[in-house]
Amino acid sequence: MQQTRAVEIGTGAFVALGFAALFFLTTQTTNIQSFDDGYYDVTARFENIGGLKPRSPVNMAGVRIGRVESIEFDPVQLDAVVVLRIDANYDQLPDDTDASILTSGLLGSQYVGLQAGGSDIYLEDGSELLFTQSAIVLENLIGKFLVNSGDE
Amino acid sequence: MIRDIIGALVGFLRTFGAFQLFFMRLLAESPRALMRPRLIVYQIFNAGGLSLVLIMTCGFFVGAVVGLQGHSNLARFGTEDILGLFAAMSLIKELGPVITALLFAGRAGTALASEIGLMRTTDQLSAMEMMAVDPVSRVAVPRFLGGAFSMPLLVAIFSSIGILGAWCVGVPLMGVDNGAFWTQMQDGVARADVVEGIIKSIVFGLAASLVAVWEGYNAIPTAEGVGRATTRTVVITAVVVLVFDFMITAVAIS
Repeated sequence: MQQTRAVEIGTGAFVALGFAALFFLTTQTTNIQSFDDGYYDVTARFENIGGLKPRSPVNMAGVRIGRVESIEFDPVQLDAVVVLRIDANYDQLPDDTDASILTSGLLGSQYVGLQAGGSDIYLEDGSELLFTQSAIVLENLIGKFLVNSGDE
Repeated sequence: MIRDIIGALVGFLRTFGAFQLFFMRLLAESPRALMRPRLIVYQIFNAGGLSLVLIMTCGFFVGAVVGLQGHSNLARFGTEDILGLFAAMSLIKELGPVITALLFAGRAGTALASEIGLMRTTDQLSAMEMMAVDPVSRVAVPRFLGGAFSMPLLVAIFSSIGILGAWCVGVPLMGVDNGAFWTQMQDGVARADVVEGIIKSIVFGLAASLVAVWEGYNAIPTAEGVGRATTRTVVITAVVVLVFDFMITAVAIS
């Protein structure tokens, strides 16, 4: 009887610990943005997205308010169409908000930074951001710098 | 000469085919074995509970070593901040499932194989058959299910403790920023990465338990035969796990 009890306690402890570890791995090591209260999608067109990837953060004033849902190339207008999925809590963004692709740190990952405009009309699902600024490609920047410094 | 080669090839195919049939039989008997959960619980304790201390100790030190190595290499590029991401990715996707499977083969697999092999040697399995008790459903299936159920949990424990080990080395010892350690990890690890680790642990658990039960069940009924079955369990599990690891990774990355 004592033996069975020890086995049962041992098994219970092991399984409980195992599921606790699974829970830790699935919730604490990844950042699952859940969009509890729903979300809306807006699109933005960029001439160059640099190293932006799906799931990259969308920040406003440095606060994460959404993420990049998809990136596609438009073969007609020859630019990149980026769909931004924004938390429905933030549904009062002016429709003349401008989007730029920024880099966190010198070699960090890239994200979409939003800068609020002054319009009274808010963005809604399916709207398009009209003012965008492409990613700064380091090579182009260095190239320009070299050309400019050569003139003097 | 050629006849020998053909003979060896046919022998291999025969073993391989018998192995598949044994697997099918285990699966077919599984629902009936679930009717007797007590047997399975005991095997979960045997395979999982008793491996717990080993897995936790090894997990901690593997994580700590990843923390040390990662820190000294990342520091060259001034990117110590991503140590958390580096450790979590390598533990969740590769080191956790693979090392746990190898430890599992050494700790639980050999125990299963030698136990069943000894039952074979001492004619306990034949005795069961004589009493109209199917030794596959009574002996093999609970051990197989117990092992297969324990592995994913052991892997999760290994990876979690490993991340803790990397944290212990990285943050208090090496001075990586605590916030950066966790946020870089949380931003970098996608749910797909965790799922990949879980899929690996399930596959490895099935493979390791199956090999152990098979080797024990088909052990040559002598002392030497049981010893050989135990050795083969570890060797075959290691090879199978590493091959499967490559294949799953190739599928996940493409």
